[in-house]
Amino acid sequence: MQRVFPFFLEAAWTTILLSVLTAILGVSCGILGTAARLSRFLVFRFLGAAYVSLFRGTPALIQLFILYFGGPQIGIQLDAFEAGVIGLGVNVGAYMTETMRGAIIAVDKGQAEAARTLGMSRWQAMRKVILPQAMRLMIRPLGVNINALIKSTALVAAISVVELTYTAQRYIGSTYKPFEMFLIAGVLYMIIIYIVGLGVAWADRKARIT
Amino acid sequence: MGLDFSVIPKYLDIVLLGAVWTIAITIGAAVVSFFGGIILAIIALYAPKIISWPFRAFSFLFLGTPLLLQLFLIYFGLVQIGIDVPAFMAGVIGLGLHFAVYNSELFQTSILAVDKGQNEAARTLGLSRLQALRKVIVPQAVRDVIPPIGNNMIALLKDSALVSVIGVSELTLSAQRAIGSTYRPFEFYVLVAIIYYIINLVMEAVLRHVERRIQVSR
Repeated sequence: MQRVFPFFLEAAWTTILLSVLTAILGVSCGILGTAARLSRFLVFRFLGAAYVSLFRGTPALIQLFILYFGGPQIGIQLDAFEAGVIGLGVNVGAYMTETMRGAIIAVDKGQAEAARTLGMSRWQAMRKVILPQAMRLMIRPLGVNINALIKSTALVAAISVVELTYTAQRYIGSTYKPFEMFLIAGVLYMIIIYIVGLGVAWADRKARIT
Repeated sequence: MGLDFSVIPKYLDIVLLGAVWTIAITIGAAVVSFFGGIILAIIALYAPKIISWPFRAFSFLFLGTPLLLQLFLIYFGLVQIGIDVPAFMAGVIGLGLHFAVYNSELFQTSILAVDKGQNEAARTLGLSRLQALRKVIVPQAVRDVIPPIGNNMIALLKDSALVSVIGVSELTLSAQRAIGSTYRPFEFYVLVAIIYYIINLVMEAVLRHVERRIQVSR
């Protein structure tokens, strides 16, 4: 147990790094996806809808495999960690698109109409009236997305990135102690998720006061 | 190395057989997760603390850790304690338990949301506590959560790809086999993605149909 623990800590660091980078990419894809889905132009609306439907409609594992194993055939050479971040980030972005769009739609329609009546442009109304209200609504559900994201980083074990799940699997194989290894990795995951949860709760409180 | 989709027809039967297994494992795990979810919810809400506490700890652990890790635990853990289950069973149990915990959370809220008068009326009519739960409360609670449970089942379909890592010959693993002999990962993974997508669309259509019927029956 003491012998393997340092390896688990190192792996937990990789999981944290993966989660942070994936979250950043996921939020970026989510913003782009939301902008596309709410666009005035049919082409963008269609592209946004196709993105969400395809990436939510197929397993994240297969998306990772297409990118990592299939990528070289179409000229995309990535190492396992890069493929993991990009694959998971784009996948999570599709879920975040739905979350963000939902929050924006949930803002009362009268707000946009009032803003337009006051002479604001579409973009001004969005930036100064709708988004500040929608932000508040999306913090919690985005927290749920990020919680799911942290757990889904385990998938990159399948393309042999040495993170928590991969490490647990390796030591289950070599020590024949599945329960102990599961507990070590499990507790580390839960600590990461707990800390992120505290951050989300803090942001949520903060957004509610203002 | 360019793309060559002409290799697919030769392996199509292997891949389609894998799709059949994917559907089988999804249905099996969905059934486990549905009834497991109801049982877990009832234990969490009504069982004495000494019984419900270990189940709560179990749920807490399963909610906070990745499915892949749980699959490794179940597959290797069962062997460790002397129960040698085939990979397919381990996959059904692992996926089923994982989603049972998620479903249980939904069932708990919906059971609590059923009007108190329903329980009181059933008890007044002479039903025992268990009878009242089984015949009056749970049926109403289940009807209320069908949409989110259905979403969980669609998530379950996609997560069923993970059981390939413990050696269940479902869609993903059969694609890997075909790739093993053709070295054409892109073609086969895209094919598999399309098959998952179609199954996913069918499930969504069924769910929407069921949702409409529930609306009508209210």
